[in-house]
Amino acid sequence: MLPELGHFTLILALCMAVPLAVIPLIGAARNNQLWMSYARPLVCGQFVFLVTSFACLAAAFLMDDFSVAYVAQNSNSAMPVQYKLSAVWGAHEGSLLLWALILSGWTFAVAVFSRNLPDELVARVLSVMGMISIGFLLFLLLTSNPFARLLPNSPLEGGELNPLLQDVGLIFHPPLLYMGYVGFSVAFAFAIAALLGGQLDAAWARWSRPWTNIAWAFLSAGIVLGSYWAYYELGWGGWWFWDPVENASFMPWLVGCALIHSLAVTDKRGVFKSWTVLLAIFAFSLSLLGTFLVRSGVLTSVHAFASDPARGLFILVFLFLVIGGSLTLYAVRAPEVVSKPVFGLWSREILLLLNNVILVVAAVTVLLGTLYPLIIDSLGGGRISVGPPYFNLVFVPLMCVLFVLLGFAPKSQWKRSSTNNLKRELFMAALASLGVGVLFPLIYGGELHLGAVLAATLSLWIAITGARDLITKGRKSGFGRLSRSYLGMQLAHFGLAVCIIGVAFTSIYSEQRDVRMSPGDSLELGGYRFQFDGVKQVEGQNFSAQEGQISIYQGDQKAYLLQPQKRVYLARRQSMTEAAIETGFTRDLYVALGEPLGDGAWAVRVHYKAFVIWIWMGGLLMGLGGFLAVTDRRYRIKAAQSEKIPVATDNGVAEVSSNLGAKA
Amino acid sequence: MHPIRKQRLKIVLFILAGFGLAVGLALFALQENINLFYSPTQIVKGEAPQNTLIRAGGMVVEGSVKRDPQSLKVSFQITDYAETVDVEFDGILPDLFREGQGIVAQGRISGSGDLKAVEVLAKHDENYMPPEVTDALEQAGYGKDHYSKE
Repeated sequence: MLPELGHFTLILALCMAVPLAVIPLIGAARNNQLWMSYARPLVCGQFVFLVTSFACLAAAFLMDDFSVAYVAQNSNSAMPVQYKLSAVWGAHEGSLLLWALILSGWTFAVAVFSRNLPDELVARVLSVMGMISIGFLLFLLLTSNPFARLLPNSPLEGGELNPLLQDVGLIFHPPLLYMGYVGFSVAFAFAIAALLGGQLDAAWARWSRPWTNIAWAFLSAGIVLGSYWAYYELGWGGWWFWDPVENASFMPWLVGCALIHSLAVTDKRGVFKSWTVLLAIFAFSLSLLGTFLVRSGVLTSVHAFASDPARGLFILVFLFLVIGGSLTLYAVRAPEVVSKPVFGLWSREILLLLNNVILVVAAVTVLLGTLYPLIIDSLGGGRISVGPPYFNLVFVPLMCVLFVLLGFAPKSQWKRSSTNNLKRELFMAALASLGVGVLFPLIYGGELHLGAVLAATLSLWIAITGARDLITKGRKSGFGRLSRSYLGMQLAHFGLAVCIIGVAFTSIYSEQRDVRMSPGDSLELGGYRFQFDGVKQVEGQNFSAQEGQISIYQGDQKAYLLQPQKRVYLARRQSMTEAAIETGFTRDLYVALGEPLGDGAWAVRVHYKAFVIWIWMGGLLMGLGGFLAVTDRRYRIKAAQSEKIPVATDNGVAEVSSNLGAKA
Repeated sequence: MHPIRKQRLKIVLFILAGFGLAVGLALFALQENINLFYSPTQIVKGEAPQNTLIRAGGMVVEGSVKRDPQSLKVSFQITDYAETVDVEFDGILPDLFREGQGIVAQGRISGSGDLKAVEVLAKHDENYMPPEVTDALEQAGYGKDHYSKE
């Protein structure tokens, strides 16, 4: 009964989305208050129905209702309850339902938090989000219904969630990632609404800023979690593979990052308006493209799901409509937007423009590398793949330029080029970072590794210039009075500096050995001695495992015991590697079991990972910076101030129209 | 020149320089770093270049996996049911590697026509077939029914 209710409420949600996409839009075009006022109730309705639908699916999982095909494929009565719940979004249908739910959640949030904005704008924004929602709800209902039943021959026991996904990281990774992906739909909707209304002004940018920041912060957190999950769960010790699906989340992140900076310029200085709109369109289009790449199975990827061509076609058409439609609208409307840019060569505007150029170019090169195999294949050039060397070769130089420029940012000023005494200050910072940047690799690594020097110098350059500015500004106005958006920026930039160290030092100073080990064998790596003491049999709730016992000695002292597992999940006899990690501030010790080689010997993978945790700490700091910036009071106060007069009249009209609505 | 024009010209030049640099880098990098896929039939016919990093894929032949007792060296055969290629690998095979499963290996063809693999990929999902392998099997005349389990 519940699955039918879920299916029915899904259809009802679509019945809300269709009028939502049409009525408020027409209302805004004709300046009809009544029609515009339909937007909020429809948004609430859609949200409530989708929550109900999602809850029904979750209930089907918790109650082990294996007559539902999706549940039967991805759950099993022996699975721990938290994984039953995360299995709801563990495969295609459920994760799309989550997508739709989050989209309606964002729409709802816009409806709630935009009471101070002009009615027309809100009506248009909500309508555009309704259109996107129609696309995804149709996709769900037509090609991937999660509530389809297996009747009358329903199985007594389900398959199982892919063991790789039975992990805490996977409970949170998809929702966070989707919050980010889908969050860009808000910036997109604001951009389209502004284009439709022909009001591309600074106010538009100010309203989209918090939404963009928060979406980007979620996306950062999602990517960090995904990367960490890959590190400890895939058992290879890698943290980023330039896999098409990783790229799919990374491209919107890069463009979203550019968008945040470009919105700042548009908000503060009223320039780059059309460029900002274009970026907002790109950021969301790349999110959709990401969904397409993951769902259609056109690319060879570790993430690819067994897939169905009809689904790929649907998303491709949808993608074409969204991108084609919005770019056409842009082409028609953007030339009307005129701004008079006046700023010096080294002004903050130019620096932020360079930031945008580099980030977008980086995203384009990632896109090129990701789609190149598809292009070549469709031109009949055979099956190819583009490996990590391509991405590293292109990406690293671009980022180095970006990091150098970032150091100039805090000292730069709007409009004006910076003056001479600032140059001296920056010169000192550069000298200090180069000095420490050379010394550190010498002391830590014992030799002058060029890559390490470059990374340490760039990281310190960002950190020092940022810290200097923070101290100067803090002394001038008092640390407590620094705005949260400023602190957020500082935090995010500092996170980047941390991340650079992590990425570079991990790839330079890590050591790895794959060896055959019999009980009693030991090996030296990174100043530690790893001794293999054989394996124990261990039973889990839905798996049984061989657990390796590996003692790690520091000198003669036994320092740690690591217990990596080789699990066999009982439902489908799938085997899985569970690595064991001893995490430290400057290094991780990482051990994973390969396969048994007979006579008690095992293939064992041992890593010494230098500074690896810094990658994710840095990523998290960036995300936190984004969240912190959103809490800045200026977004709320200024929105209220600038709209004070229209709000008063609008409320009057809105009351009248809602009375009319009640009578009708 | 009018200051605004001059400004715009500078911006355009900046952007062009950035794009130019990136496109140059990207094309260079692409040239160096693409790996072509070859099916066992193509490798046996000698179509695959020697000593170049390529990708090869097929089904692991039942009973062909042999391990060296002293090290991590392992050898096995992959097939598209028309031809078979020997693969040698030194390292840890992925969890989902097993006989009868579709895999993709990345490596170099040696003088004797074997593939010295540097990486063996099997996918997360046991029902998932790498698209290249599906293609290769179909070209060799073997459709889905031959390998799909259950």
